[in-house]
Amino acid sequence: MRSRFAVFAVGALLAPGLPGVARAAGPLNVVTATEDLAAIAREVGGDKIKAESLSRGYQDPHFVEAKPSFVLKLNKADLLIAVGRELEIGWLPPLITQSRNARIQPGGDRYLDASLTARILEIPTGQITRAMGDVHPAGNPHYWLDPENGKRIAKAIEGKLAAISPGDAAYFAQHEEDFEKRISDGEKRWLAMMAPYKGTKVVTYHRSWPNFAERFGLDVIGYVEPKPGIPPSPSHTLEVIQAMKRDNVKIIMVEPYFDLKTPNSIARETGAKALVMPPSVGGEKEITDYIKLFDYDIRLLVDAIKQTGAK
Amino acid sequence: MRFHGIQSVVLAVSLSLLTAPSWAQSPDPSPSPQPPDQAPPPAAPEPPPPTPAPSPEPPAAPPPTEVPPGAAGAGGPSGPLPVYGPASSKVFNPDMAVIGDFLGAIGKNDSGRATPSLELHEAEASFQAIVDPYARADFFLTFSPDEVGVEEGFITFTSLPANFLVKVGKMRGSFGKVNQMHNHVMPWTDRPLVTQNLVGGEEGISDAGISVSRLFPNEILFLEATAEVYRGESPELFRAPTRGDLTYVGRVRGYRDLTESTNLDFGGSFAQGHNDAGPSFKTRLWGADLAFRWRPLRRAIYRRLILRTEAVWSRKELETGAAKAFGAYVSGEYQFAQRWFAGVRLDRSDRADDPSLQDKGVSALLTYWPSEFSQIRGQYRYTKYAEDIKANELLFQVQFSIGAHGAHTF
Repeated sequence: MRSRFAVFAVGALLAPGLPGVARAAGPLNVVTATEDLAAIAREVGGDKIKAESLSRGYQDPHFVEAKPSFVLKLNKADLLIAVGRELEIGWLPPLITQSRNARIQPGGDRYLDASLTARILEIPTGQITRAMGDVHPAGNPHYWLDPENGKRIAKAIEGKLAAISPGDAAYFAQHEEDFEKRISDGEKRWLAMMAPYKGTKVVTYHRSWPNFAERFGLDVIGYVEPKPGIPPSPSHTLEVIQAMKRDNVKIIMVEPYFDLKTPNSIARETGAKALVMPPSVGGEKEITDYIKLFDYDIRLLVDAIKQTGAK
Repeated sequence: MRFHGIQSVVLAVSLSLLTAPSWAQSPDPSPSPQPPDQAPPPAAPEPPPPTPAPSPEPPAAPPPTEVPPGAAGAGGPSGPLPVYGPASSKVFNPDMAVIGDFLGAIGKNDSGRATPSLELHEAEASFQAIVDPYARADFFLTFSPDEVGVEEGFITFTSLPANFLVKVGKMRGSFGKVNQMHNHVMPWTDRPLVTQNLVGGEEGISDAGISVSRLFPNEILFLEATAEVYRGESPELFRAPTRGDLTYVGRVRGYRDLTESTNLDFGGSFAQGHNDAGPSFKTRLWGADLAFRWRPLRRAIYRRLILRTEAVWSRKELETGAAKAFGAYVSGEYQFAQRWFAGVRLDRSDRADDPSLQDKGVSALLTYWPSEFSQIRGQYRYTKYAEDIKANELLFQVQFSIGAHGAHTF
């Protein structure tokens, strides 16, 4: 029996891989943690890459399940791009370990942490504890919601892609430059739309929007969550309602993966509007790329401000 | 979790590893013996950090949050940090976490398997880090009321060719699902009857050995085959009086997404080793497991359903001949709010030594998560043991975790 088992085991392990997986010399296979990174990679990589995101834009990126099917995607990845700042700490590390892909291991030459060159906010100083909720010790990971950070991410991806296929470096550089220009054009448009409403006070569900608020002049005065990752509590909800009434806040921004029950009841109490605002590409069907994300969110926000007369 | 000699040595070594970071220094090449009071020689080259160090901000971007003057603490070092010394070695400290598992029980159980009314069932300390560009290491030390042990301590080689993954060390064997679970990730407060009767109880198949697994990438499904060889000592299950009495474990696992919200996870396992009935008697185990999961992505933090089952066939050679036993559980867990889970489990299992004796059980569970880092669970359990002993019990559990944020197992 022992020898039979050994034969089975050795046979099974040494058998060639199943057909249909030969690594073709086609476009580079880029796997990203979120759809925003995939969208930016597509802008830079053009038809020289194939970018695929593990999580969906309408999914909470903190709580993605480490499905074995993701192992298959990572196994054949030529480049892995992560958001970093511990956003994916609950699910990405075991997938990378199981990927059998030496190049995408952290520190490997095919692993890119997109946060390294971005402007990161809310980096805690001094002692932090989990009494503060699920805090990110390396800063707020929702940094892609500032278009200026979009440019920095694009630049970092360009550098990585050029290092992987130096022959296409000029192609990537040109695409990246074009993308930065389109972001700059968009930014002028978005800032112009938001200019009359600079300083508008808002409440958000989770701390997803500090970079967005900073760029577009919003004043976030509170959160529906009492602490990051902690669900709404009656006493905290009451405090939020009081603060909103005091400051005449009319906008509650809610990420599409959170329950609208508490935001809606706060909205009823305060005459505010609970806005489902996608923080990511793919959060709504029509948000198919990075620039459309801001087009959508800014339009939604401006319409809601006009409608509610928020200040 | 028994305090084996080997384990104590491993434990001592791993503890000394933690308390004395200079253990790995290469010996001084000079022939003269080192006086004991001499300062330690420079540390050996340190492995690279687990994640790339953040690079400086681009000049265009204004700096992020300012570190207030004096934030480093009064009396702290000023200027560049010394190259050697405690500050530089901290950077490479492993991710550390401690998980407490507090268990209580109310009710009557005369089967001899009753658990204490109140106990800190286990404290598990984990130490995890990347070793070098080729491997990572994971240590899980468990402290239970009267035993200390290495639950797992292994290195994983992540950079092998041909889709291989190799683990070396002490590990929980890849037999089925429950055997691979640490206490704190189980969806129940206890282990199913089939695990207790046929697969070595809480300890299970857990031994020093080598695990080789290979991924077979294809377009249809996730397919992974694992072959493992162990020393042959898994308390309550396998015994190895001689070096040749090894334990072998094999597993094939498949997985497929049905939709973006649903998937199927299935596997077949095999294990063989020498049992405690006599010098040449073997126990063979075959296992089958199946899990169906539903978790809508848009509402992933509020709703999920997991249905799972695992069946084990045991063939244990005894003085009286081969005893063939069967056991299985079926379990379902449903998340009905962000912090709340309800569950049910049905149990039945023959006894490995006497398959004519069969234990049966049914459990209902309710779990509450104050946060990702703590969990409170109640389990009502009715068990009808083969000797016609009936037990009605209310088990309750508080689990709490401090330290590094661990990944969630799938």
